Amino acid sequence: MKKIKFIDVGFKDHDDVILKDISMEISFGYIYTIIGPSGAGKSTFIKLINRLIDPTEGKILIDEKNIKDYDIIKLRRRIGMVFQQPYLFEGTVEDNIKYGPMIRGQRDTNVDYYLSMVGLDKSYRTRKVDDLSGGEAQRISIARSLANEPTVLLLDEPTSALDPASTQVIEDLVIELKNKLNLTIIWITHNMEQAKRVGDFTIFINNGRLIEYGNTKAFFSNPKNDLTRLFINGKLTKEGIE
Amino acid sequence: MNVLSLVMSSSLVLISIFISYYQKLGVEKEIVIGSIRAIVQLTFVGYILHYIFYANSILFTLAMVIAMIIVAGNNAAKRGSGIPHVFYFITISIAFGAAITLTALILFGSIHFRPQEVIPVSGMIIGNAMVSSGLTVSRLKDEVKSRRHEIETYLALGANSRQASQKILKIAIKTGMMPTIDSMKTLGIVQLPGMMTGLILGGVDPVNAVKYQMMVTFMMTSTTAIACFTVALLSYTQFFTKNHQLI
Repeated sequence: MKKIKFIDVGFKDHDDVILKDISMEISFGYIYTIIGPSGAGKSTFIKLINRLIDPTEGKILIDEKNIKDYDIIKLRRRIGMVFQQPYLFEGTVEDNIKYGPMIRGQRDTNVDYYLSMVGLDKSYRTRKVDDLSGGEAQRISIARSLANEPTVLLLDEPTSALDPASTQVIEDLVIELKNKLNLTIIWITHNMEQAKRVGDFTIFINNGRLIEYGNTKAFFSNPKNDLTRLFINGKLTKEGIE
Repeated sequence: MNVLSLVMSSSLVLISIFISYYQKLGVEKEIVIGSIRAIVQLTFVGYILHYIFYANSILFTLAMVIAMIIVAGNNAAKRGSGIPHVFYFITISIAFGAAITLTALILFGSIHFRPQEVIPVSGMIIGNAMVSSGLTVSRLKDEVKSRRHEIETYLALGANSRQASQKILKIAIKTGMMPTIDSMKTLGIVQLPGMMTGLILGGVDPVNAVKYQMMVTFMMTSTTAIACFTVALLSYTQFFTKNHQLI
């Protein structure tokens, strides 16, 4: 997998236009952060990539092949997803990490390896998920996605419910994983500073439309679009321009 | 029981009307309508059964059972409103559960294929399956709504819709089966169930009546389990696209 291409992609929920006319390319091996006001369509955008939903207009290509032509189950294993609230299955950390491989018939998952990938030692293996802190739970949910050996990781505000220390741990971890495993990361964040810290590229979505995207440094230092400038300066909210 | 006794016993309904009026529950009209419906429906069924029993026809017996299943399916489907094809799923599930249980009872020699035996037994198992399958679809609907995030987590990990629904299916099936299981636990202690009461009132020795009640209990449990399991498995598919996407 080398590239994801959006061609005139739109998504409607009944009569509500959630996304419209999205055309862009995502190159593999980088961290893309997605920013935008609440309700802008950011979560919908990333759910299109692992086909939790399908576009109602346009198409998405991975390596020039329509994602609808890939086996959907295999596609979702290649494109992992971590949510804002890490929903961990009842049982132990090991049960969670083994889940993805288990449902595809693999029994010998190296749980300790995936724990080490998220900076946790093997004593966590037998821990009950109820005993984990928010930061630990989020790390386990990342490890659980990694056990599917994805090439792309979609992160839907993974640190928004965490304290600053845990946020820092997750940021460092994701950057390390990207470098170590050559992962492509698509990361939704509400935190502008976080986007600057972790993103190689930044995508700005407002009101269902792709306003601007590009190299993070240039994006924040010299935005091309007025709406981007307003948003960066905290003057554009869900309700409109302040 | 003579007609006068029956008319006098119907006066007991006045107590519920009085309580409703006194407590301002506002259900007096519903109690009156319910009572009238019960009188009309039961009288009508009484005459129909009288005719079917007299005719002793396999065709009429089966037609009566099918009519019961359709009415039960229609009633239970209200609890699953919003789920496409839910009427068909519930009707099929009740029919499936009832068919297996009735066949087993006939093969085991517990009952004979006579309208006097098949119709009352069918009524009991279909009524029970109606309540349990209605509870199952209602719970399934609620669980899918409240656990969207959880289901999407499973799907995102590469689970198919069946695997992603495993937990909610268990909860929904269990919800449908629990009233039957609970009533089984207290049978004879807290309540003397309908069939046994009927037989005892009809002069049958309680020990003999108990044997019938045991059979009724077992058949209700099996029908409930089959109906809940089938309706859950048929209905959950309606919450997903063929591409394992939650609708």
